[in-house]
Parts: sequence; C-alpha cells; structure tokens
Amino acid sequence: MSNAADMPVLRARGLRKEYGKGEGLVRAVDGVDLDIGAGETVAVMGPSGCGKSTLLHLLGGLDRPSGGEVSLNGHRIDDIGEKALARLRRTAVGFVFQSFHLMEELTAVENVELSALLAGRSPRAARRRAEDLLEQVGLADRARFLPSALSGGQRQRVAVARALSNEPLVVFADEPTGNLDSAATMDVLQLFEGLHESGQTLVVVTHDARIAATADRMISMRDGALIDETRLTGGTTGQLGALIGLED
Amino acid sequence: MLGRILLVGRLAVRDLRRRRIEAALLLLAIMAATTTLTLALVLRDAASDPYQSTRAATHGPDVVAGVYQPAKLSGLEELAGAAGVIDHSGPYPVAPAKLQASGRTSDVQVVGRDAAPASVDQPELIQGSWVRDGGVVVEAAFANALHVRVGDPVTLDSRSFEVVGVAVTAAMPPYPGASCIVAIGCVNGAITDEVPPGLLHNPGLVWLTQADVRSLTTDSLSYVMNLKLADPAEAQAFVANHGEHGGATPMQPWENILEDATELARDSQILLLIGAWLLGLLAVAGLSVLVGGRMADQTRRVGLLKAVGGTPSLVAAVLLAEYVLVAIVAAAAGLAVGSLAAPLLAESSAGLIGSAGTPSMTMSTVGLVTAVALGVAVVATVVPAVRAARSSTVNALADSPRPPRRIGWLIAISARLPVPLLLALRVAARRPRRVVLGVVSIAITVSGIFVVLVLNAFLTTQPLAGGYADAQVEVLRQVLLVWIVILLSLAAVNAIVITWATVLDNRHSSALARALGATPRDVSTALAAAQVLPALVGAVVGVFPGGFALFAAINAITGGDSDRATLPSLWQLLAVVLATVLVVAALTAVPARLGGRRPVTETL
Ligand SMILES: Nc1ncnc2c1ncn2[C@@H]1O[C@H](COP(=O)(O)OP(=O)(O)OP(=O)(O)O)[C@@H](O)[C@H]1O
Ligand SMILES: [Mg+2]
Repeated sequence: MSNAADMPVLRARGLRKEYGKGEGLVRAVDGVDLDIGAGETVAVMGPSGCGKSTLLHLLGGLDRPSGGEVSLNGHRIDDIGEKALARLRRTAVGFVFQSFHLMEELTAVENVELSALLAGRSPRAARRRAEDLLEQVGLADRARFLPSALSGGQRQRVAVARALSNEPLVVFADEPTGNLDSAATMDVLQLFEGLHESGQTLVVVTHDARIAATADRMISMRDGALIDETRLTGGTTGQLGALIGLED
Repeated sequence: MLGRILLVGRLAVRDLRRRRIEAALLLLAIMAATTTLTLALVLRDAASDPYQSTRAATHGPDVVAGVYQPAKLSGLEELAGAAGVIDHSGPYPVAPAKLQASGRTSDVQVVGRDAAPASVDQPELIQGSWVRDGGVVVEAAFANALHVRVGDPVTLDSRSFEVVGVAVTAAMPPYPGASCIVAIGCVNGAITDEVPPGLLHNPGLVWLTQADVRSLTTDSLSYVMNLKLADPAEAQAFVANHGEHGGATPMQPWENILEDATELARDSQILLLIGAWLLGLLAVAGLSVLVGGRMADQTRRVGLLKAVGGTPSLVAAVLLAEYVLVAIVAAAAGLAVGSLAAPLLAESSAGLIGSAGTPSMTMSTVGLVTAVALGVAVVATVVPAVRAARSSTVNALADSPRPPRRIGWLIAISARLPVPLLLALRVAARRPRRVVLGVVSIAITVSGIFVVLVLNAFLTTQPLAGGYADAQVEVLRQVLLVWIVILLSLAAVNAIVITWATVLDNRHSSALARALGATPRDVSTALAAAQVLPALVGAVVGVFPGGFALFAAINAITGGDSDRATLPSLWQLLAVVLATVLVVAALTAVPARLGGRRPVTETL
C-alpha cells in the first residue's frame, strides 16, 4: 500500500527548530529524520509542548527551520525564497488548523476558492471547483454563509475543503478535531478517511486515538524528537523506539 | 490575473464593510487631515503676497503723485514727462465725501475715473462692473466692512448712487489703512478724542466717473496721478529726486504702499499659519492611532493570507487597496469641505489682505491634497506590509504581533485600586504610545483654546493698542471663531478615534475581566477612565506650559508685546480644563459603553 521506501513525497533530515537563546533556549524540534511516502497517512502524537505543531509547520513550509533539510517531491523547501514558499503553500500543500483560520469576512465558498484564485485560476473555474468541494464535504447548502454563521464542525469542513482546493501533494492537519464535539469529530473523521482512501497524502497531528487509528503509521514525539514509530497496518513497533529504549 | 484582482478587491471591500465603524473613523480622520490641508493651501494662496498679486493684476503704479489744488496740475504733467517714467494714468480728480449705505455712514475719498480701462492702475473688479455715470465702485475691504454689495443703493453727500462694482487696487492700502489723497487731510486708526472738524476719519475709497466727481464738489478737488517707471526698483530714488526739486508734489513709492497694505495681512496670516500647524499636528496624532490600531488588527489576516499561499506583494496589495479606497473618498470629501469652508475664512481675511476675495481651488491644491491622502494610504500599508513579509507566518496566525507592553510597577500599584480604576490603569499601560498621543492631542487643542482666549480678551479690551479699527476687530474675531471650530471638531474626532481603538484593542481583556467577575459597568467605566485621565493631563499641560509657550511663540513671530495682553484668569483656566475633561468623558462614553456591552462569548 505504501511505497515510502522508493520515493518519499516528504523527506526531512536533521530537522531542527530553536526558539530563544542562552538560558531560555527551547529546542522545539530537535534533529528529526522522517520520510513520508505518497498516499500515506501519518499521525503524529505526543504530549503537549513536545513540538508537534512546530514540526508540522516546518514540513509544510509555514515556518523556516533553524537547521536541517526538508524536501517536498524531491525539491528542497527549507532554503527557498518567500515568493517560492508562497507558491508552494498555494499549490503543493494544504493546511487544516485546530482553530479553523477562515477569513471572517468571506463566505464559505469564497474561503474555499481563496487559494485557487491566489494560484491564478479564473474566477469561474475557481468557483466551480469550490462548489464541488463544498458538495464533497456536505456543505453545499451553506456555501453563502459567513463563518460566524457556521458551527465549529461546519467551519472545519470548510477549512478541509479549502485545503483541498488546489489538489495538494500533502495535506497537513494540526489537531483538526481539537475544538469539536464528538458528532462533529465524526464528520471530520469520515472526511479524512475518505481522503485516505482516495490516496491523498496526509499528516495529522492529533490527541485523538480514533484518528490515529485510521493512519498507516503513527509517530510519537517527545521533547522535539521522534521516539517511537508504529506501522499500524502491520501492527509492528518501529525500530526507533526500540533503539532509544523508550518503548512502553 | 483576473482572479487575483477580484480577490484583492473583494478582500478590501469586505473588510471595510465588516468593520464599518473603523472604516468610517479612518475616513473621518483622513478627511480631517485633507480638509485642513485644503484650507491651509487655499489660504496660503490667498494670503501669500496679496499685494504683489493685486499689483500684477491691476498694473499697479510704481509711484502715486498728488496735488491739492488745480493750479498745481502742471507739476503733475511735468512728472509724467520726467526721465524714467514710461507710462502714466491721470491726473484724476479726488473729492472728500460722506457715504451712507444701509444705515452706516463713513468718510470716503472719491476718485473720478474714465469708463475706459487705464494702462496704469486699473482696479481689478471682484464683483460687478466698472464705473459709469450714476454708478459707484467700492474698494473691496471697505465694501466688506460696510456690508455693501453690487446693486445696493448708497448716497454720497446726499446724492444717490448705485453700487455697480467692488474692486481692489494696488495704488492704495486697503481699508482702513488708506493713504490720504484729499486736500483737507485725514486721520487713520481708532481715535478717542473728537475728530478735528473737516478731517476725514478712516476714509474708504470709492470710484465714480470724473463727471460725477466734479458734480459732487467744485472747490476742494485734488488730483492724483499714477506713474509707471522703467525700473520699479528706482521708485524711492525717483521720489527723492523729484520731491526735492519739484517741491510741492507729494509722492508715494509703491514700497510704502506695500508696507502699509501688508501690515495687517501679516498678523492674520501668522494666525492662519499657526492654526494650520496645530490642525496638522492633531490630524497626524489621530491618524497614527487609527493606522496603528488597524495594523495590529491586520496581523491575523496577513498570517492567514500567507498560510494559504499569498505572496508578500499580494498581501501588500490587499492592504493598500483598502487604504486607497478610503483615501480617495477622504481626499474628495476633504477637498469639497475645505473649499466650502475656505470662503468663510477667506472672505473675512479678504478685508484684511485686500486680495481678490474668494480664493479658488487650484490644480496644485487638488493634486497635493490627493497625494497626501494617498501618501497616508501608502505609509499605512508599508509598515504592516513589510512586517508581513518579514514576520513568521506562524506567529501572525497566532496573532501575537506586537505584544502589549507591561509596565510592572504600574500594574503592581493598580492592584490596590477600585476595580474600574485598576482596569483603566492597565488599559492605559498596555499602549503607552497611544496614551501619549491622546495627551498630545488634547494638549494641542487646549493650547489653541488658551491662545484664542487671550487674543479674544485682547481684542475686546484693547483694540486700540493693536491699532485695529472696529471692522478689523470683527474680522479677526471671525477668523478666530472659524479656527476654533475646526480645532474643536478635529479634537473631538481624535478623542473618539482613540477611544474606539482602545475598545478594540481591549475587547479580549475586557471580555476576560467580565468573565472573571467585573460588571459591564466596571469595564466601560474603565475604558472611559482610561481616556479621561490622559485628557486631564493633556488639558493641564495644554494650559501650562502649552498655552503660554504657544502664545509666547506667536508674540515672538509677530513681534507683539505680551505685556499688554491679559492672560486668562485662574477660574477661566480651571473652567477650560474641567470642560475639556467633561467633553472627553461625554465623547468617549458612547464607544466605551458599546465596547463594554459586547457579549462575553462573542469576543472570547
Ligand atoms: N514562537 C515561539 N517562541 C518560543 N517558543 C515557542 C514558540 N512556539 C513554540 N514554542 C515552544 O516550542 C515547543 C513546542 O511547541 P509546539 O507548539 O510545537 O508544541 P505542540 O506539541 O504542538 O503542543 P500542543 O499539543 O500543546 O499543541 C514548546 O515548548 C513551546 O513553548
Ligand atoms: Mg500544537
């Protein structure tokens, strides 16, 4: 099912991110090596403050690392310019955030077509695609609503639709259900399962074991480093945890 | 491309519409600045070198010569042929008379002119037409003081005439500074004693046809002649030479007329200029608060746009589009209001400066005002745009742009205070720079009020000391009034803007305070108190040292004598401070209440 070994879509080597200096130095991400294959769904878990969000931001080109390399589809993205980074964000990756981050002044459908318009699509094509996506997430009847008139679960589904609008190589989701109740969580969960089945590469940071259970692989972090890796399809424990001896 | 343009336009318009109040305040603040600028520019055009422009427009004379008896007319003819004289007009007959118009009476000097235009000193008409039999043309400043217009009936020595025109000339300083060209002599300025019989007191200037002048009087005619020299710079020398040899022909070089004509204009111009400066400072203070507030507000949007793939230039375009939309509307509105208000100021100062009345809007004024408004838009965009390009997308998304400052000791002492005061101090401590701007804005306004009080008291009690006649006192009062109205409006806009910015800035912590048990009343009292306390400081600073310093500066520039001025009494100053605080409290109550009322959940 996964061909991670042959041709990783996403590849990180010695990835580091530090905040502050001297006494207050925080190693948010500390020497992470990671390969993610096309079509793979990876869940990232770990205690609060261990660096999951930071890692996700580095992998998706939302933030720049202090050291190490990130490649997307074989191209380095850690050292490219601001403009190239912007192009990458609107064409190659899609983000879903815990707090939705929709533009409050735009309607649902306008939020979804945002990145298509940014990518230079014609208004008509962008609108058609956005309506299709809203249909797909079950919100066709809420297309003209402002985010403030949508429930949390509905907002998150709009955000998922927006992340998909430019057919990204990888979708990153940072605790997508963290702000949702269980019913809304189920909706989003189903969406992600659908994406997984359709072969979308997905990296999800989550505290929710149910989401993690749908992944191909589960990565555990602590203090900025990967400490354990579980391949869920095989049910085997990764070597990483065994190596460091932290396995429980 | 089309898609991106659509997007930029949509984001700009939606954001403006979503935050209507802020957009309206921004519009108001930029409009206040553009209105002020329009006024300043229009008035500068009107007041700069009024004499020179009048001189150019009327082919003003280099030397004005006069004789008091027909017998000496030959002396004038000799002058017309003297070396260095290239052109002349006249001699024209001049008669003293009493003019009555709508119940007012004034002495006048009546000059008889030809209906055909003269090559030297052809007075420039502001209204109506030039002299004809039975029709009188009135000098502009005099017409203004007497409130006469074209079409009004007047009498000259009991004979009826109709006002057919109002004009300006460079051959004589404007009313009431006229030079005396009649045989019987004149007294100028305000006088306390009885006017010696026969002398003209503060005579105005009017023009009739020569025939009409001669019909007014037969015996006491004098004559004037306007000379044009090959080299205007030689006028003084020419007067010196011919005065010595020819003897009995009194002459005035144009420099002397200029001196007399602009004496008063300078005072009013300085007033207007200082006013424009104060207004400009106020506008800048208001704008920086607003733009600064918006910048902070934009951070999350910027982060969002960047997260979904907006390039730095697209982010800049979105921000710029918003400001440009507002700036264009504000520039248009400012130009409109400014040009409507300018005549109010200029009409009064026209009497002082004797220039051609209502100033007009020039292309350069329109261009400059629009450029400044757009400049504001660009500056307001550049800082957040650069910050957006530089800042980390992640931080922007988390909305932690410029963390509010915390002043430890202030927070520590505030802990002992009652709840609203405690909140107020903390609100103020969050944005010290904004508090400073608020203090400055109030201080500038109060300084302006202080100076207006002093000048007003001076005009009321000692017009003589200033050498002003009644008409001029009235005119100066009018200038002061318009000036103070604009100053107060702008200060009011600033107070509201600052409160609103504070409300927005504090909506989160206010909601939090309420969630932790403070009442809406505590919160709105706190927000209002956070404005009123700086207002109190500003008002006090505005009186001392602000007002004293401003008044000293005006005196230094005008060479005025501050000893003669009566400074406002202590109770007057207290009243100003108290009134300022009350007005600010009233102005800020509304936005503060609105801010305090917002549902907690909406903002948390
Ligand atoms: N802008 C920043 N400046 C300083 N330190 C930061 C910054 N952002 C994150 N950190 C630190 O980096 C570490 C990792 O943060 P991160 O947000 O990645 O954690 P997380 O695993 O996502 O936690 P959570 O599950 O609570 O979201 C934390 O210790 C945090 O304090
Ligand atoms: Mg996180």
